Amino acid sequence: MTDAPRRTALDATHRALGATMTDFAGWDMPLRYGSEREEHVAVRTHAGLFDLSHMGEITVTGPQAADLLDYALVGNIGGVKAGRARYTMICEPGGGILDDLIVYRLAEQEYMVVANASNAQVVLDALTERAGGFDAEVRDDRDAYALIAVQGPESLGILKGLSPKLSTSLEEGGAPIADLDGLKYYAGLPGTVAGVHALIARTGYTGEDGFELFVRPEDAVALWEALTAAGKDAGLIPCGLSCRDTLRLEAGMPLYGHELTTGTTPFDAGLGRVVKFEKTTNNGDFVGRAALEAAAERAEASPPRKLVGLIAEGRRVPRAGYPVVASDGTVIGEVTSGAPSPTLGKPLAMAYVDAAYATPGTEGVAVDIRGSHEPYEVVALPFYKRQK
Amino acid sequence: MDNPQQLRYSKEHEWLSAAEDGVSTVGITEHAANALGDVVFVQLPEVGATITAGETCGELESTKSVSDLYSPVSGEVTAVNEDVVSDPSLVNTAPFEDGWLFKVKVSGEPGELLSADEYTAFAAG
Repeated sequence: MTDAPRRTALDATHRALGATMTDFAGWDMPLRYGSEREEHVAVRTHAGLFDLSHMGEITVTGPQAADLLDYALVGNIGGVKAGRARYTMICEPGGGILDDLIVYRLAEQEYMVVANASNAQVVLDALTERAGGFDAEVRDDRDAYALIAVQGPESLGILKGLSPKLSTSLEEGGAPIADLDGLKYYAGLPGTVAGVHALIARTGYTGEDGFELFVRPEDAVALWEALTAAGKDAGLIPCGLSCRDTLRLEAGMPLYGHELTTGTTPFDAGLGRVVKFEKTTNNGDFVGRAALEAAAERAEASPPRKLVGLIAEGRRVPRAGYPVVASDGTVIGEVTSGAPSPTLGKPLAMAYVDAAYATPGTEGVAVDIRGSHEPYEVVALPFYKRQK
Repeated sequence: MDNPQQLRYSKEHEWLSAAEDGVSTVGITEHAANALGDVVFVQLPEVGATITAGETCGELESTKSVSDLYSPVSGEVTAVNEDVVSDPSLVNTAPFEDGWLFKVKVSGEPGELLSADEYTAFAAG
């Protein structure tokens, strides 16, 4: 093991495209190829192409795979139909969030758990430990997949240009899915795109329609090039991590290490809906249950702080960690993410603020930007919602 | 990238034009603009302010970061580029031209400045 950052299967492609690379969670990843603003706008108006191969895939199989995941995660995973996906979290026994996840049910007894790159080992270790006593296998598949995402309003049309074929056998109890049009949001099925075997998922992290394609690393370059060619006339451009962050911020999506931490429960983050206390497996027990019941009660009765959106009245940009202050200068919260928004034309932030200041429209809220108290409007999340 | 020969450069990646009637123009280099990414906000010194070589006199915000702006020379600010205040992307698109930041009436010798060739080597370093 060396400290040198890992490179994805698309590394040479990124360098040939002139990408500015950055170390991210131990991976050398493209930050931007040209202007991050143009990349952001391309995803909102046309389409963007992302290499997300740093994400951590963990396969869980076996007769009790569903029971294990119901026990290890906070969601009702056994209730997910084959061919569908669910956003969920894995928590500590004390309720703190270890990671947020997307879980795909690939078959009756097979799931793929996708963890954040920075937490993949933590999630793998926790799942492996929690698998004790279950007839299920937890497999590290991080090296088995490259992940390419196509996001934006043109993404469906671009993919259709690559003769996509879906397996139609997996959606239980529903109509067979003949083509990509029928693939719902948060569904994922095996198939082929441009002749490459892929798990084709209609998921993403940008607030737009889009697809995530899990492929073998050796197929990544061919698929990237096919998508680039197919998307050329539709305005598809390669996009880096920088615009991914402003896209997800506008869409009000939390980021691990910012809005979500081990010091935060799903209820503190305003995401209590992902916690399902009514589970039918394991007598309803799951890791963190008691602590999360208490957190749910606290969030209902007397929440200490709430996650809100802030929109700048001026142009100075809030950054993670900056204090949120009331008009008398009292610190009432902290920014967790902040960036200039290309879509709204103003700086935005997500912040945890004292519940008394969390109501949209609350007057007198400011962010302390290096000593200057800049006025901010408190708003409900998300900042941006696409027109469907 | 080409760093214009007629300019001098600081190690903080500012450029300084030769003085005309004692007034020099200051901006940041293309190297610095590229490293910052899209600049979205600039805070410049006020006209009439006295600035000191090597000290901060403003801020540049990009999508992902904020950087201090250092003055490469001491003197009095005689003008600021209002175009770049209203459209900070000029710093990215034309750092040596329309993206200039402020003009300064030079009152003393500048700090340690580099020639174009020296700066090119420094920035590559």
